[in-house]
Amino acid sequence: MFKKLWCFVRHVSGDDAYEQYLKHHAEFHQATVDAPPALSRKEFFKLWQDSKWKGINRCC
Amino acid sequence: MNQHIKTVLWAAVALLGAFAVAGIALNRGESINALWLITAAVCIYAIAYRFYAAWIAAKVLVIDETRATPAERLDNGRDFVPTNKWVVFGHHFAAIAGPGPLIGPTLAAQFGYLPGTLWILIGAVLGGAVQDMVTLFFSTRRNGRSLGQMARDEIGLIGGSAALIGTFLIMIILIAVLGLVVVNAMKHSPWATSTVAATIPIAMIVGIYMRNIRPGRVLEASIIGVVLLLLSVGLGGWVDHHETLRPLFDHDGLPLAYAIIVYGFAAAVLPVWLLLAPRDYLSTFMKLGTILLLAIAIVILRPEIHMPAVTQFVDGTGPIFGGKLFPFVFITIACGAISGFHALIASGTTPKLLGNERDIRMIGYGGMLLESFVAIMAMIAATVLDPGVFFAINSPAGVVGKEAIDAVAKINSWGFAVTVEQMQQLASDMGESTLFSRTGGAPSLAVGMASIFGSAFGKELLALWYHFAIMFEAIFILTTLDAGTRVGRFMLQDLLGNFNKKLGETSYTPSVILTSSIVVAGWGYFLYIGVIDPNGGVNILWPLFGIANQMLAAIALCVATGILVKSGKLKYAWVTGLPLVWLVTITTSAAYEKIFSTDVRVGFFASANDMSSKLAAGLLPADKASVAPQLIFNQHLDAYLTLFFIVVLWVVILDMLRLCLRYLSGKPVLQLSEVPHEPSRLVENWVRD
Repeated sequence: MFKKLWCFVRHVSGDDAYEQYLKHHAEFHQATVDAPPALSRKEFFKLWQDSKWKGINRCC
Repeated sequence: MNQHIKTVLWAAVALLGAFAVAGIALNRGESINALWLITAAVCIYAIAYRFYAAWIAAKVLVIDETRATPAERLDNGRDFVPTNKWVVFGHHFAAIAGPGPLIGPTLAAQFGYLPGTLWILIGAVLGGAVQDMVTLFFSTRRNGRSLGQMARDEIGLIGGSAALIGTFLIMIILIAVLGLVVVNAMKHSPWATSTVAATIPIAMIVGIYMRNIRPGRVLEASIIGVVLLLLSVGLGGWVDHHETLRPLFDHDGLPLAYAIIVYGFAAAVLPVWLLLAPRDYLSTFMKLGTILLLAIAIVILRPEIHMPAVTQFVDGTGPIFGGKLFPFVFITIACGAISGFHALIASGTTPKLLGNERDIRMIGYGGMLLESFVAIMAMIAATVLDPGVFFAINSPAGVVGKEAIDAVAKINSWGFAVTVEQMQQLASDMGESTLFSRTGGAPSLAVGMASIFGSAFGKELLALWYHFAIMFEAIFILTTLDAGTRVGRFMLQDLLGNFNKKLGETSYTPSVILTSSIVVAGWGYFLYIGVIDPNGGVNILWPLFGIANQMLAAIALCVATGILVKSGKLKYAWVTGLPLVWLVTITTSAAYEKIFSTDVRVGFFASANDMSSKLAAGLLPADKASVAPQLIFNQHLDAYLTLFFIVVLWVVILDMLRLCLRYLSGKPVLQLSEVPHEPSRLVENWVRD
């Protein structure tokens, strides 16, 4: 129960975004031969944060 | 049997809701408990969500659970990601709920608790939530396109450009008015100023932690940040009593406004990870925590509402802002009832995260209901104060006079009891030197919240609660200010890119500095005028913002109505058409009043003419005469700006009507830009499992 809640909080806050990305990467890019290697945690976080703040995402 | 229980249950909710609404609407003379407002709101939201929203989803939009969403089709693990619906709900709500639903109801409480409350409930259920939901749906069916792009694709170039210009101008005015609210909260309050100042280095520490020390550890960093923020509230109290530090943070409005302008420029130029992103995390946590705490406190405490249901100010003589109940209550409360800005969010990040179309009702409609509930709580926080105290805090010095004794006499003459001693006691309880004429809504909301928190969780900490509430408001006002300036910069760079390719590059330093300066100068000007205006500035800027925001909502509803008609759903077009007609009515009549009214407290031209004749006759005192030329110029500018908004709105409406008429008479129109159906693999997997 507590563990589930903790996972949820991590998910909502984006704390586990990198783990999610690794999962996505493994699922979608493993099959291709010339797949690009997964980004490091630091590189991924940079891209993730920058793309998050490109458009309008805060309101009145 | 199960079906019968459900029917009985919903009938009970409907009955309770009707009873609560009747209770608050028909009650006269006696004070009423805040719990009735909460009950009425929750019942209305439940019924609307269960029946109206479900009907719109099933019959009008025809939501298709088996259709792949853009998040699934274009999944790239970064911005297009199928996400758990509660997570998307959290993101969407954090994005739409800013300071608007807190400030609007506070100002509109001058009409009494009833008009604002009814508009918040009815406006949200039939207007705002519908707008958010249909915009989210249409954007999801168009690969997450923005409102501006949808307007261009579906209505035409004119609609698209209008949406773009509207967004830009709204941003400028919104930032100015929010800046003014923060300035008024910090004016001659070393405690508030030092606490707000401390949030900047705290955000930077959090930013560096997340980016470099422990990359991506968002939760750890946020917890550190929240603890530091709470400490900074306490530290502010220490600064307030410190002889050498205190004068460093004790300032007039103007220097504070300059500080905010410099800060806004820095925030737009600095990389997002250093200031904007970490501050946003902190403000989201603070926002959710504080709103939850306020809801719990109201339920525990069940405070009595002291404001009358309707005050005499419905006749247009209100001290906080001039103008009659119709149309000004509908302009003053934008966020919380219907807000055009939401359409930008619902056509921005949110559709790119949706895992399945069936979540649209919960996220679009439900998200807005929650925001509306925040507005109801702000209304409660404003109306639990003694009306005399409420008016003493919120009436500008230009209306009630600069001296405490004059202000009290004036407010007593309206029939609201308040004394100088009472205000002094309150100010010293809250750790402020004075609470007279602290316009903008933030201080009165903070006093309301502090008294609710104080009664529920301990009275001796009133001053801490007050400054906690100020910090809470300031932190997400500043987030909106940073984010808005940045978005304005991007929009301007996009536009300039059409003329000069180099200027369109978002990382080209001269372009960054040029566009940021233009945006900051735009809102900085309105902020400056607002600060030097003896009537407080909010009374001019807030209605202007309301008109702009409702105009954007009308454009969003125009796009939605146009799409509905073009999809052959004319018989359902009233779902968006009805709120559209209402919005056009209120924005047009409010704009008409603001331009042509002969009441100097309502009409821009009337006020400008009045001031120039007084200036020419030498009737103004020296301090007012020195700023009068600037104020006169500004009133003219505001009048033309309002005129511009209303012209843009009508151009879009006529363009939409032209499109509908062409379609209905069988002539060719722009094709629907909906992406073709593709079955969802996620649903298949789910079914097979």
